[in-house]
Amino acid sequence: MSKISGADIVLRCLQELGVDTLFGYPGGVVLPLYDRFPHYPDINHILVRHEQAAGHAADGYARASGKLGVALATSGPGATNLVTAITNAHMDSVPTLFITGNVTRSLLGKDGFQEADITGITMPTVKHNYLVMRPDDLAYAFKEAAYIATTGRPGAVHIDIPKDVFIEEAEFSWPETINVRGYNPPSTAEQDSIQQAVEIIDQSERPLIFAGHGIILSDAADDLRKFAEKSGTPVVNTLLGLGSIAPDHVLSYGMMGMHGSYWANHAASNADVIIGLGMRMDDRALGRFEDMNPTAKIIHVDIDPAEHQKNLETHVPIVGNVRDVLKQLTNAVQKATHPDWLSWIDDLRIGHRTSMSVPEGPELTAQYAISRIADYIGTESVLCTGVGQHQMWSAQFGAISRPRQFITSGGLGTMGFEVPAAMGAQAACPDRSVWTICGDGGFQMTFQEIGTMVDAKLPVRMAIMNNCYLGMVRQWQELFYDQNLVDVDISQPDFLKIAEAYGIKGIRVDNQEDVDAAIEEAEATEGPVLIDFRVVQQDNVWPMVPAGAALSETIESAEESAMS
Amino acid sequence: MKVSRNGSRQTIAALVEDRPGVLTRVASLFRRRGYNIESLAVGTTDEQGVSRMTIVVEGTSEVGDQVAKQLDKLIDVINAAVLDSTESIDRELALIKVMARPDQRREILDVVEIFRASVVDLSVSSLIIQITAANETIEALTDNLRPYGILEMVRTGAIALIRGEDTTQVVEFEDDELRRFHMESGRIPTGQLPHLSD
Repeated sequence: MSKISGADIVLRCLQELGVDTLFGYPGGVVLPLYDRFPHYPDINHILVRHEQAAGHAADGYARASGKLGVALATSGPGATNLVTAITNAHMDSVPTLFITGNVTRSLLGKDGFQEADITGITMPTVKHNYLVMRPDDLAYAFKEAAYIATTGRPGAVHIDIPKDVFIEEAEFSWPETINVRGYNPPSTAEQDSIQQAVEIIDQSERPLIFAGHGIILSDAADDLRKFAEKSGTPVVNTLLGLGSIAPDHVLSYGMMGMHGSYWANHAASNADVIIGLGMRMDDRALGRFEDMNPTAKIIHVDIDPAEHQKNLETHVPIVGNVRDVLKQLTNAVQKATHPDWLSWIDDLRIGHRTSMSVPEGPELTAQYAISRIADYIGTESVLCTGVGQHQMWSAQFGAISRPRQFITSGGLGTMGFEVPAAMGAQAACPDRSVWTICGDGGFQMTFQEIGTMVDAKLPVRMAIMNNCYLGMVRQWQELFYDQNLVDVDISQPDFLKIAEAYGIKGIRVDNQEDVDAAIEEAEATEGPVLIDFRVVQQDNVWPMVPAGAALSETIESAEESAMS
Repeated sequence: MKVSRNGSRQTIAALVEDRPGVLTRVASLFRRRGYNIESLAVGTTDEQGVSRMTIVVEGTSEVGDQVAKQLDKLIDVINAAVLDSTESIDRELALIKVMARPDQRREILDVVEIFRASVVDLSVSSLIIQITAANETIEALTDNLRPYGILEMVRTGAIALIRGEDTTQVVEFEDDELRRFHMESGRIPTGQLPHLSD
């Protein structure tokens, strides 16, 4: 068999993996790889403007499509620029592959030009990483890396390749099978634990499901619905679980947690059986762990056994893929209804509607703009967000109804995620309308990617909730730091001039009356669009469970907060 | 080595791939999660490509369980388990250099004999005592030698095996090519490399 260069092997590997899109930025040590790209026209490389954006784009691509997201950067600063994006993708368990070049093997470890110990740096933030020292090892590395990234609890995997490994030649042989001794992703759960769980569920009077990201990652929305319907169990979502059940389903009660609804949080505090499905019992969703619900029996289904008992005492930990486990549970559980429990939560929802409503009044608010956008674009579109108040309002008013509709940075909470992730989502879903709700702070971190959108023809709709503040940080300073506002009023450029500079359409909205027309105009535009919504400057996200408080201590308004 | 502050320690046995970087990954995991390593011993096993780590970590059994699960998550860790101290044999080797004036030497040798340790070095004013035993026995010997003046000492860290037939051994075989990839992965190849720089 003939030998081909390491660069060709890498590209052949990507072909074998079915990768047709990657986001990257060239540099010295990856030149041998880039040199071969023209010979692989079925692999579309999208040139970004900053490697961090390449990483976030791969992340958004994977979240929107369920496929492996791939990003490529050069050594040294190119690689270190990826670190935020790698950490972000891994925190939210998104299946992604990050490829970096490194200096020639003989220069490794000697502080060469553009050298960084990137495998050392990413080690704690990835599921696994590889430093490939021979071209013969590339095929194994790529096959294993993709397998590890996309199975079990998905995550980020990193492959580092020295420059001369791209140049050196070897035979290409794609391994038939993989066997990683130290890695055995579970699927169905042990019968014992299913039995235990079902006994508890069958006897429950106020059961509640916490549905998280795992439902979406394993395409288990349908199984969730069937289980909830058979067992008569209402469902609340974590932030990343939004979309796992349609909000108009009779058993769907919306988001819980720090900015979740009053009724979801109180349902969580008053349930007698809690069934956690594909969620990691984190503090944003659960509030103060000890006081979340001290008496409930907790059943926790997660594919990662290390998540069981990590934060919360679990009565029945179930290790398995949530989709398979839901099928097992649905089979075994008795048909039941809990009308009294549901009407208790319904009453709370009716009584506390206002704390989760779009504010009335003539001023243009972010909540209004977001709800109008959601209403117009419908559920077949994709809604991305950055991090901050606008993110929480998007979760509350975005009408998220289907899995993979909502693309947001949950665990790491990375500002600047909004623009590049939307780019990645658009590349994954060319037929969907992709909107990204941006904070004016976060937008300024990564808006250079508008250039990428223009070149790669990714017509993302960017809606900036421009309140001239780092809103969420200001909210915390107001509530917890005695209204001492420090470094949160941030100026911004004329966003319309930025749109113009990039040659895209820019629309400014100052009033409520102009919102609908702006959305319509944006949707009708062929290329990327930027809408500068100049919204009310001082407004806070309610309800809120302050850090360290229990879910039952959900505060619904500024007045209530002032009293406590 | 004293018993930890809250009074407990856990012994964890992990079988790991014998490849560059494994030790870093494990140590990095402990640092990231905030677990305190009291000792770490690692060595090869009878199976090629597999090494065994014995880690003693400060904490309750809940901590021990979390540590074992987090270790298991690492791709390079084949499996990890907490060893129940009542069901395992724990041993550690220590070398203790003690001040020994000739008139004290007899007493010290008595202590050595009682503990079934041995003397491996002798000088006019000092002795080096070698002992292989469980942690508590080593502690007791050290306590008994301290009055004479311990000049320095070194311990290997505990190793342990479960009693009886059960093992934490791996029986999965790998084909040669795959094993070579796993063992060599990340190791700088020997010999002259074709390219020295750009």
